[in-house]
Amino acid sequence: MKLLDARGLSCPEPVMMIRKAMASGENAYQIVVDNPTARENVTRYAVHQGYQVSAEEKDGEFTLSITK
Amino acid sequence: MGLKKGKTEILVAGLVIGIIAALLVLFGNPVNMGFCIACFLRDTAGALGLHQAANVQYIRPEIIGLVLGSFLLATFRKEFSPKGGSAPLTRFVLGFFVMIGCLMFLGCPFRMILRLAGGDLNAVFGMVGFVCGILLGVFFLTKGYSLKRTYQLPALEGRLLPIIQVVLLVLLIAAPVFIHFTEAGGGPGALHAPIIISLAAGLIVGALAQKTRLCMVGGIRDVVLFREWKLLIGFVAIFVSALVCNLIFTAATDGTYFTLGFAGQPVAHTDGLWNALGMLLTGFGCVLLGGCPLRQLVLSGEGNTDSAITVIGLVAGAAFAHNFGLASSGEGPTANGKIAVVIGIVVVALIACFNTFRKDTAKA
Repeated sequence: MKLLDARGLSCPEPVMMIRKAMASGENAYQIVVDNPTARENVTRYAVHQGYQVSAEEKDGEFTLSITK
Repeated sequence: MGLKKGKTEILVAGLVIGIIAALLVLFGNPVNMGFCIACFLRDTAGALGLHQAANVQYIRPEIIGLVLGSFLLATFRKEFSPKGGSAPLTRFVLGFFVMIGCLMFLGCPFRMILRLAGGDLNAVFGMVGFVCGILLGVFFLTKGYSLKRTYQLPALEGRLLPIIQVVLLVLLIAAPVFIHFTEAGGGPGALHAPIIISLAAGLIVGALAQKTRLCMVGGIRDVVLFREWKLLIGFVAIFVSALVCNLIFTAATDGTYFTLGFAGQPVAHTDGLWNALGMLLTGFGCVLLGGCPLRQLVLSGEGNTDSAITVIGLVAGAAFAHNFGLASSGEGPTANGKIAVVIGIVVVALIACFNTFRKDTAKA
């Protein structure tokens, strides 16, 4: 499980971050974002890449668990 | 979250926005200028006396509506979040030069679509430059370009730009003597829909853009970077619906809202090279900013003060452009404007390089 912190980053940076991480070919990632746009964009990208995504919100931050 | 739903939403929003843009022209805005974020910020800057070009001075209610529409919906959806601190001065400079690029071309990316939908083929050159600029920006994004993170700020900080819009609305309605308005027949600044219609149009489009994250730059950027078509659907939908409306209005009224060709297009010039270079600068700068001028207004409404600074950069760019003869006119670009665009491309490229290839010494 690879952990990524994309808090404070605006799009497309969180998506760039997960894209770069996915190049390593792992099966599970966890990425924390702090705005709904980043949540939507990262989710959309991961789903397109064939991953499943579940999101948890806490205090305005979203933890996205991305698994194959 | 349904991915398909998102695409349908932005398709419908784009179609509605195209119709609203065409209607604004029918109600009095300049032709092919139902919306133009660059032109409207420029007009507002003129109304406030920040430049003295008497033909382009009017507080445009569309801008007020866009920010407030986004602010109200973001607040309602609990997405209002005051934040900032991601290289604000760099964003100001980028905003400044994005405006220089827009005023070389005579329109922001939004108006570029509307010009295409009005048959203005000069915008094809703009589009070519725009795509090239976006590709330049994308190159730096893939190499690690970043303006670093934002931080949470006090609520008032995020509400200031929306509050300023309310003040502008009061000034527009009260029309005190120190606010400049282009006199009837005096130029594009005198052409405008009634205040209430422009304001309502801005509010609706601002809310739609907040909901769908519509962005003219993001559309092409995301297709190139991620093969993600969602935002581009909005872009194309605006074009299609504005085109259809223009054709219908031309057939059904005495006015002409669609003329295919290069020469004699409203508020446009025929210098292809500089149309392209202007939009190259705009596309490049906007990718580095993370969104087009419309998106910056919408993000400002959501409490993003970095975007608010960008908007102020756009306004400053507009004021400089008209104070120093950098803006084009229907006659074509100016020598000063060409120099400014070249300087702009160099400055934006340097900003891209420094924020891509720097060695981080400070700990975040």
